Amino acid sequence: MHVGLTVVTDIQDKIPLREWDGKVSEIKKKIQSVIPGGAWNPLYDTSHLPPEHSDVVIVGGGVLGLSVAYWLKRLEKQRGAIKVLVVERDHTYSQASTVLSVGGIRQQFSLPENIQLSLFSVEFLRNINEYLAVVDDPPLDLQFNPSGYLFLASEKGAATMENNVKVQRWAPGVAPRCCPAARTQRFGEPGRQLRRQAVLSGSSVWLENEGWFDPWSLLQGLRRKVQSMGVLFCQGEVTRASVVPCFVSSSDRMETPSGEEVILKKIHEVHVKVDHSQEYQPVECAIVVNTAGAWSGQIAELAGIGKGPPGTLQGTKLPVEPRKRYVYLWHCPQGPGLEAPLLADPSGAYFRRDGLGNNYLGGCSPTAEEEPDPGNLEVDHDFFQDKVWPLLAQRVPAFETLKVKSAWAGYYDYNTFDQNGVVGPHPLVVNMYFATGFSGHGLQQAPAVGRAVAEMVLEGHFQTIDLSPFLFSRFYLGEKAQEHCII
Amino acid sequence: SLRLAAPVWNWGTGSIRGLSRAVDPEGIQRKGRTLFQFLADRFYDVAAVREYLLRKQVLKVHQKNRSFTYIKERYGPFQDKEWMRSSGRGLSFLEFWEFRAVPIEAVDASGCAINYQGLDHLLALKELQSLSLRCCPHVDDWCLSRLHQLADSLQELSLAGCPRISERGLACLHHLWNLRRLDISHLPAVSNPGLTQILVEEMLPNCEVLGAGWAQGLKLGLEEQSQDTASSPIPA
Repeated sequence: MHVGLTVVTDIQDKIPLREWDGKVSEIKKKIQSVIPGGAWNPLYDTSHLPPEHSDVVIVGGGVLGLSVAYWLKRLEKQRGAIKVLVVERDHTYSQASTVLSVGGIRQQFSLPENIQLSLFSVEFLRNINEYLAVVDDPPLDLQFNPSGYLFLASEKGAATMENNVKVQRWAPGVAPRCCPAARTQRFGEPGRQLRRQAVLSGSSVWLENEGWFDPWSLLQGLRRKVQSMGVLFCQGEVTRASVVPCFVSSSDRMETPSGEEVILKKIHEVHVKVDHSQEYQPVECAIVVNTAGAWSGQIAELAGIGKGPPGTLQGTKLPVEPRKRYVYLWHCPQGPGLEAPLLADPSGAYFRRDGLGNNYLGGCSPTAEEEPDPGNLEVDHDFFQDKVWPLLAQRVPAFETLKVKSAWAGYYDYNTFDQNGVVGPHPLVVNMYFATGFSGHGLQQAPAVGRAVAEMVLEGHFQTIDLSPFLFSRFYLGEKAQEHCII
Repeated sequence: SLRLAAPVWNWGTGSIRGLSRAVDPEGIQRKGRTLFQFLADRFYDVAAVREYLLRKQVLKVHQKNRSFTYIKERYGPFQDKEWMRSSGRGLSFLEFWEFRAVPIEAVDASGCAINYQGLDHLLALKELQSLSLRCCPHVDDWCLSRLHQLADSLQELSLAGCPRISERGLACLHHLWNLRRLDISHLPAVSNPGLTQILVEEMLPNCEVLGAGWAQGLKLGLEEQSQDTASSPIPA
């Protein structure tokens, strides 16, 4: 090292100060290429920084990111073959959509792909202690309520509901029931309590495999399991750090068969900025997975997606943006009993029971004009008074007397194009994969989507469930995979 | 750094495991530690062997529940007012074949290793009137959500002593409109047995529910109330 030191002092005299850092890192790299082994920084401690190399970097440590990490480690051909790093900027998950969610899972969708995703996810949750078992740790209790979903239809929506039920009957599993209004009364207390109105023309319910659970337990279970499988975690943010770009990529000029020139980009490094500090670590990686939820649009922009003339593939942005949704918790002593399912009204309001004490959780999706500002997670209590309560009281007379106990707000990673997820690689930035944009049903499809992305990364194509309708290219081609059953 | 998590210097992994065990009461996990567990914490290969043994245990339960297996029931199906008891190794497939045309009215599967998949056999019995799943260790809330397929015939159901059933699973018993007797006593996973029994009785008005007794929850409440009145005045 003595020789190294003298070289350094010589150089210090000749080169001005602002090029000093660059030269030092060059010399370090040269020395490291000679000495084998991992990162060794004798000059300063780097234990708080993420590693310098990783095969896969997953941006966003919510349920989707952890699910992708889990399936990557589970499907790898050899134990320890793939090095995975999960970058999450807030380890308390205070703003993450996962933990603020109502936690429902249903198969009542209109697209067959969504139904298959939910079916696999329900099977995953049912056997959670086989998938996520860690030796010496207690088994997971997801607190699953198998009470199901009850979708009500007005006259206008009755035809759509009939079509949806026909699609659902094709899926293997229990057949859904589509009932006329008279038979809706049979579904327990909420059925008896529902007002028989002319507008209520039917309902659809699955008798098994639907309900709600505790998303926090799922998140902790996944976290515990992926850590035991060797996935590395890092508390940091992928963001612009002063003049340094956060994705360092290279581009290749290619030609399509028709002679058009296309520029393909490949990300080589992800710059992770450490919390509360200007320090950042460049992580060399082969694949980046964007599971940043409500902030995926920003991450995609940082990777250069959407920077081009509008109407071209280069100019197609990732149409995922955060939308704020409120959830209210109220107490109603005469409300629906223990058997109440998660009721979804045609007006957009929904509610479910929470616990044994006649407490209920619910809310309503606002119309386009009423969309709240997603800048913060402040709750608007007037929204409940003016919009949600009248709809609930109209449907369930017992809710005319209730008392709101608390409320919170969370983000939907809302896909403004067709409210369905984006899964798979980007056509131009070839090593960025997406698993985001699920617009309120990401939690319930997370296990299956994680597996699909892992298959795409490891094999190059979808193996178990074909999610080609959810690829990024549909935004450019204008092919909507529209989901009609959104709460 | 995290990357130096080699088998010997397992401090990083050790502390992470410690965090996840924070939910456990401390002493219980530590006391039973054997040399095997000690090694498993330090060497990846030994940890892999432990994971394999854990998976094998789970597979055993699946084996018992697969179709066409010999169902290890202590007491067999009810036929012509006679109970068919199994011999030590359980009823063989041939014995079942003799009685396949006979409608089965009652099944006593107490203490069986039956789980979600294993219920397939029972749900195929469309004339089943009485089902006893007492003290089955693998019957949980998911299994209860399947029982709606027996709604037309089932009149008597016993779930006493099942460690995995909670009030959430009991909520989906409302489909069993023919049920006349329901036994939900001694369910350790139910958080409030007295209140749960009241709610289940409201849910199934025609059914006699045997449970812990609603008075159990009340007694504790009365004691707490008398302490409260002693300590602070109740506002009028």
